[in-house]
Amino acid sequence: MSNANQYWALPDGINEALPIDAARLERLRRELLDLYATWGYQLVMPPMVEYLESLRIAQGTDLDLQTFKVTDQLNGRMMGVRADMTPQVARMDAHRLRANEINRLCYIGTVLRTKSFHRDGSRAPLQVGAELFGHAGIDSDVEILALLIQTLMHCHVPDILLGIGHVEIFSGLVAQAKLDEVEQKHYLAILERKSLPELDQWLAKLTCSDEIRAMLHALPRLYGGVEVLQDARNALQLAQPNVLAALDYLQQIVETLQRHYPTCRIHIDLAELSGYSYHTGIVYAAYTPGTGSEIARGGRYDGIGEAFGRSRPATGFSTNLHELVQYLPAALMDNGAILAPATQDPALDQAIAQLRLQGECVIRALAGQVSTAAELGLTRQLVYTNGQWILNKV
Amino acid sequence: MKDKLTIALSKGRIFKETVPLLKAAGIEPLDDPETSRKLILDTNHSDVKIVIIRATDVPTYVQYGAADLGVAGKDVLMEHGGQDIYEVLDLKIANCKLMVAGFADRPLPKEHLKVATKFVNCARHYFAGQGRQVDIIKLYGSMELAPLVGLADCIVDLVDTGNTLRANGLEPLEHMADISSRLIVNKASMRLKHERIQTLINHIETAVQAKR
Repeated sequence: MSNANQYWALPDGINEALPIDAARLERLRRELLDLYATWGYQLVMPPMVEYLESLRIAQGTDLDLQTFKVTDQLNGRMMGVRADMTPQVARMDAHRLRANEINRLCYIGTVLRTKSFHRDGSRAPLQVGAELFGHAGIDSDVEILALLIQTLMHCHVPDILLGIGHVEIFSGLVAQAKLDEVEQKHYLAILERKSLPELDQWLAKLTCSDEIRAMLHALPRLYGGVEVLQDARNALQLAQPNVLAALDYLQQIVETLQRHYPTCRIHIDLAELSGYSYHTGIVYAAYTPGTGSEIARGGRYDGIGEAFGRSRPATGFSTNLHELVQYLPAALMDNGAILAPATQDPALDQAIAQLRLQGECVIRALAGQVSTAAELGLTRQLVYTNGQWILNKV
Repeated sequence: MKDKLTIALSKGRIFKETVPLLKAAGIEPLDDPETSRKLILDTNHSDVKIVIIRATDVPTYVQYGAADLGVAGKDVLMEHGGQDIYEVLDLKIANCKLMVAGFADRPLPKEHLKVATKFVNCARHYFAGQGRQVDIIKLYGSMELAPLVGLADCIVDLVDTGNTLRANGLEPLEHMADISSRLIVNKASMRLKHERIQTLINHIETAVQAKR
């Protein structure tokens, strides 16, 4: 159906920001980038489109299906519009910033997705995030998690809950069980939907030892409070050392977070594998009541740089500014604008210039404009009293 | 602070068969959707509400967190795709089968099979699994009519007793899946309201096992 008489309507899931929203978004954008700067994260600006080969870590994954593709008319190659900036930043670290130093990078920009899985229906989230490259250890994971929590707290996100898992628990178990690729995919699908009824049917048909069957059976049930880590040690005690090491790692992370952020609730889910396609270590998502889905996500993805010729340890998070902005209290946004009359008077010009220098917003009436400050919703105005221009409350 | 819970149910069979399970978990609706026009039913707990919606809308409400939990047929979940939903329990209620049905005496054409169904995704997935390219005709009801009037060669539909099929001269041809209702949970609620929801799941699981 073509709606020729509604040609101005935006495509599904594409949004724009009118002045009030734009001011809130821009304020938050500046504040977050300033916050990241104080932690030593340098801003990078990845391109809007790049060749599909550069995005090839996405190939065959959801990210690939999420990517809009266009042909480069200069050479016929396929380009993808960015659907996620994380791989782009990883490419920049691997290729453009060749130093073997630790790189702390942050970014913000609109990404475009073919499908929306979110209830606001948006296909153009304003992605903001931070990534730390070149360090494989608990320090960098903790730093990134702390920065994520700082970000959410700065945006006044209430009652934060952090859901944490570790990809190596899944990959260690499926390696031990010698599952082939098809079986792995099936098991993964069951875990993602926590489809416990299907799990039992599938396990009954699987050929493996009883110990391994018991561990595969236990994994999707290992979720809940921090005590789950102890349950997991019992349930997975026959797992390979890397699985047990992952549990220890989680324990350490959790203890550190609880020490630094006692108000942040923590939920463990060892079957949580969000974005398993490229994550290699801890994975996490942040939740707040009333949203129905996560508001931020992140994790460790050490292998990703290899696709760009230089394997680098990496960890990072990203979130959507459009979501965060809704928690910003409305009161913060009143800029207390001042109305100045249209009167031509050098003294008035000077008074206005002075106020603007101090960072005040001064709106000058134009000749013939009759609206009063109250009608314009302004609370302050410049008035001429006793031979000088004075700032007055309306 | 106790978390509020919203449970999404559909009218009719699912509601009737879910109520005893909720009762086992100590939750009883105060209104009957068959007689009440309310869409949000109160329960004996002031912080637990039941929303009454169409069966096919249940996964959508739960996916987006408008309801924390819900009860939906496996058919509805397969058709929806089940993204961002946990299917934690098989309630073993509202059992039936998803089947291909057609004329017993007329073999299905090898090419250009026309299938009438409301389970568009399930049908496409099933026939693609057999390596068959099919034309899907989306209908909203009375599937059985489609082969009779030549609109389609066969239908994909839920079959309980098969009486409706036989009354219209059709027979079940292929069994696609066993269907029963699942308890589904929103992914964020599962974390944010973990204790409350896990207790509810455990009670219902015990009730389901006790019925067997």
